Amino acid sequence: MAAKKLNMRKRYELLTRGIGWETSYQKMDDVFPYDTFEGIKITDWDKWEDPFRLTMDAYWKFQAEKEKKLYAIIDSFAQNNGQTNLADASYLSAIKLFITGVTPLEYAAHHGFAHLGRHFRGEGARVACQMQAIDELRHAQTQIHTISHYNKHFTGLHDPFYQSDRVWYLSVPKSFGEDALSAGPFEFITSISFAFEYVLTNLLFVPFMSGAAYNGDMATTTFGFSAQSDESRHMTLGLEIIKFMLEQHEDNLPIIQGWIDKHFWRAYRVLALVSAMQDYMLTNTPMSWKEAWDIYFVENGGALFEDLGRYGLKMPKHHELATAEAEHLSHQVWSVFCALGNATGFHTFEPSDEKMDWLSEKYPNTFDKYYRPRFEHWKKQKEDGTFEYLASLPQLCQVCQIPMIFTEVKTDPMQLSFRNTKFKGDNYHFCSDGCKDIFENEPEKYVQAWLPVHQIFQGNCGGATIPEVLKWYKFEPEDGGDYFDSQDFRRWQEWHGKDEPAKTGSDN
Amino acid sequence: MSIEISAKSITPIRLSYGNLIERFGDKRPPSRYQEAAYDVQPTANFHYRPLWDKNHEIYDTSRTAIVMEDWYSFADPRQYYYGTYTIARSKQQEVAEHNYAFVDKRDLLEELPDDIKQSVRDILIPLRHIEWGANMNNCQIDCMGYGSTICSVAMFNAMDRLGMAQYITRIGLLLDGNETTTLDAAKKDWMEGPQWQGLRHAVEDMFVLEDWFELMVAQNFVLDGLLFPLFWDRFERKLSKNGGGTIAMLTEFMPQWYSETVRWTNALAKVTAAESKENKELLSTWLNKWVSRLCEAIEPVAVEAFGPEGTSELAEVKEELLARLGKQGLTI
Repeated sequence: MAAKKLNMRKRYELLTRGIGWETSYQKMDDVFPYDTFEGIKITDWDKWEDPFRLTMDAYWKFQAEKEKKLYAIIDSFAQNNGQTNLADASYLSAIKLFITGVTPLEYAAHHGFAHLGRHFRGEGARVACQMQAIDELRHAQTQIHTISHYNKHFTGLHDPFYQSDRVWYLSVPKSFGEDALSAGPFEFITSISFAFEYVLTNLLFVPFMSGAAYNGDMATTTFGFSAQSDESRHMTLGLEIIKFMLEQHEDNLPIIQGWIDKHFWRAYRVLALVSAMQDYMLTNTPMSWKEAWDIYFVENGGALFEDLGRYGLKMPKHHELATAEAEHLSHQVWSVFCALGNATGFHTFEPSDEKMDWLSEKYPNTFDKYYRPRFEHWKKQKEDGTFEYLASLPQLCQVCQIPMIFTEVKTDPMQLSFRNTKFKGDNYHFCSDGCKDIFENEPEKYVQAWLPVHQIFQGNCGGATIPEVLKWYKFEPEDGGDYFDSQDFRRWQEWHGKDEPAKTGSDN
Repeated sequence: MSIEISAKSITPIRLSYGNLIERFGDKRPPSRYQEAAYDVQPTANFHYRPLWDKNHEIYDTSRTAIVMEDWYSFADPRQYYYGTYTIARSKQQEVAEHNYAFVDKRDLLEELPDDIKQSVRDILIPLRHIEWGANMNNCQIDCMGYGSTICSVAMFNAMDRLGMAQYITRIGLLLDGNETTTLDAAKKDWMEGPQWQGLRHAVEDMFVLEDWFELMVAQNFVLDGLLFPLFWDRFERKLSKNGGGTIAMLTEFMPQWYSETVRWTNALAKVTAAESKENKELLSTWLNKWVSRLCEAIEPVAVEAFGPEGTSELAEVKEELLARLGKQGLTI
């Protein structure tokens, strides 16, 4: 009998559909208890179109090839002490932020997609989520392996997962991930796959991965290239799920719009940390935060939402504010890290003269006017030996958990932006209208937030003094502080046969 | 004589991540498995309770009655992290791919005696639904379980089960020249055939188990421990003896996978039972419940597969399973 030829699509359909069944000994609603309470109406799961048609055998084959190449390069990097070829050891602050802030999010994504991979009622959607779940596990593990060699030679990389659960600024990404994980499955996928992976992923990927490439970090660049094809699958899934939900029922639109508004703002606030990394931690910067925002959000994101307009979807709420903040964001975030540089797990430093000129050029409306004087002042204070870190702990926004450092960029950029609201008799503080809106839509959720500064004051973080808290964080004495006073800097100088500290450094 | 390359050596400031030094000391660098698998899951200071389960934290030890002082007492003897896992499976799939192409090219299934073909249709093809159930159950263990060493293994296991469901599907398609007659008939059997209903009922009951470790026992210890030796080994051998050796070429993945996989279920059973008297009792209760339930459920299919000897074949497989688990400290 001559076998009928199957095209890819048909073959994939046969291999993934019809394997599941309508249960009869247990109710379907008991087998899939979580996919209805959010109010999303799915009339026909079979309308789900798999965005990538990968059977497991093909998956194993492709992914194993990528793994072999990646590990060959990681091994060679370690064997040849590739860390000595970086542009500068101060670049490592970016990697420290990455493994403590981003890698735990990969595991969180793994966990969330495994949950969807079990609990979505549709077979096709489940398989797609399982593929992403195992990919995210890959990313967490390969990041640990890629950065392992750096951990042997630099400070601040030694306890990323322990710190992710505790450190004040790491509660920003942690609470974002847990916000999605604690939501229902449709909100989770809207948050992670669409708002984060589809709309904003380039704003994370470009600074870290192109940043690595610009600074001689072959290990991280290789990881980035290796993860790229996974990421494009994930982005496709993000767009597909949004279209699927919108096409299933018109009642879904307002729910989805609300989630997009919320998770766009949540994810954007996480990226505030990335903006500082991009403009300040990178020795050589591929593009400024503002440039990246203009290309990846204003242009690409704008076109995307124009396209999605046919479903009735609008640009996420407060996007204009995010665009207006683009000229301020990185400077404000880096300032707070520098001011609290004794309590960070990475090194802070004022920008070099050359870097300041680059910032002036990239931020002509804001850098010289508002931020250069601040950094020059601190630099001078460090030279005079009069610089002191902030002695008090900052107030945190109840939602994004970033210190209240953002300003009224549209009216008076020197005026701090403060919002508050009362709930059940208590007052809650926010950095922005975006965060305030999120709270007011779900106050019962956000009052639960584990706010690091509150927790310190309540005595839950090892003690009442900064050294006690840092010890509880497992920060070692050489992890934080000014780069030019650091062990990383001294070792870097030794590797390169330089005895004298560089001129830009401080004397104390 | 050896050739020496002189390279600049730089003394590291530490050998490893802090959690691994705490666990394993700093005498030698940890393995890639240890780096990838240990302590990755968050354990403290959760921000929000899940909207879908307000009685638990996102990661919560109380989603099972099993109690472990350290959920990282378990280590996968295969040392699988994503890289070693995909590379191992990729080698297996390469062999499988070669075999499927070979059988397809020479129309070897056409040559099979009709009764063998029918046996494959009746017994092996419906098992794809069980693999699909196993995929769901291992996803559940991953997303409700605790500790990244256990959860990552459950993830790999879930994907393996999807892979095997797809291999079985391909056999169904090969039998019919890519028509779905066999697949449709097997699904009808699974849904309606009286011989399969005990099993389907048991699998559906597993879908709603609240305790993920009980699910681990039911699915990965007991159901797999009965089905794989019975159908992917003993029944295969019966087919081969009667001229169906070609089928073994297409299902080689399964027994291979199973003999590899029992290494981690054994290890997990052993550390969990050794932890406390309470754990051991709990495991025994679950084992007892699921062994009797599943043996009863499998029996009609065993009889269909082996004839009257089905009952004794199943009894032997059950004894082997209990003997193996007994060695890990689990008794009925």
